[in-house]
Amino acid sequence: MLAVAALLVVRLKNLFTVAMVTGIYSLLSAAFFTLLDAVDVAFTEAAVGAGVSTVLMLGTLSLVGHQQKEHKTVQLVPLVIVTITGLLLMYGILDIPPFGESDNPIHHHETTVHYLEESGHETGMPNVVTSILASYRGYDTMGETTVIFTAMVGVLLLMSGRKGKGSDCGEGDRNGR
Amino acid sequence: MNAVGFLNYWFVVVLMMIGFYILIAQGNLVKKIIGLNIFQTSVFILYISMGKIEGATAPILNSNWSVYSNPLPHVLILTAIVVGVATSALGLSLVVRIHEAYGSVEEDQINEMDRSV
Repeated sequence: MLAVAALLVVRLKNLFTVAMVTGIYSLLSAAFFTLLDAVDVAFTEAAVGAGVSTVLMLGTLSLVGHQQKEHKTVQLVPLVIVTITGLLLMYGILDIPPFGESDNPIHHHETTVHYLEESGHETGMPNVVTSILASYRGYDTMGETTVIFTAMVGVLLLMSGRKGKGSDCGEGDRNGR
Repeated sequence: MNAVGFLNYWFVVVLMMIGFYILIAQGNLVKKIIGLNIFQTSVFILYISMGKIEGATAPILNSNWSVYSNPLPHVLILTAIVVGVATSALGLSLVVRIHEAYGSVEEDQINEMDRSV
């Protein structure tokens, strides 16, 4: 399903349709995250990926036009590059421990074990993801906020240089967060 | 070696390569950013897949469950999703500026104009 949506993005030429398909793609991946037990990631993806991104995309399209220029349907050189890279990656993946096994090394590292066993009484929060995000890796989250701030400043600087109408997608960018 | 154990990761590679193809083969700048988003999502799926344990539950502590999926990749990806939206917002605003300066968002037309100057 995800792959079908992604392929549609390659084929479609009307960018409004592409933006909507990208939204569907995000929503499907959110469903997939739920299946993989990552509920927090799923609702962030559904809200941010399927919601805010689509709004940003549509805002941009209303400014730059929505018809993609026709060109050759399949380009050979990129296709070859992509295939070779893909095959190399698939070969490399054989070294990753198999999916879903409980004795994979990632599940026995001491930080993971500590988070799962101790975070309950150390932070008093039942949701381990929240307690790591806000407490153990709080600096990470602060760095993330810095990135968002920088991006926001960049967007505002780029948009404030625009001549022309007042309602632009800079407005949407700011409200998006 | 059991192929089912790798299907999920191979699927990630397929998505990643579709995104990569859009990024390098398509001339439209908005489409390139969408390709970047698809690429990003495939990396998210790669990380989240690694944290999954068969038969485990979401990492919310509950006395009825004893096996939880690994919460650390979830945290990293939460950060990455938000950063990803910030970068695509910046990219899209650059596209808007390019459209203003050149009147086009097609890469070949822009290169053409650059060469003729």
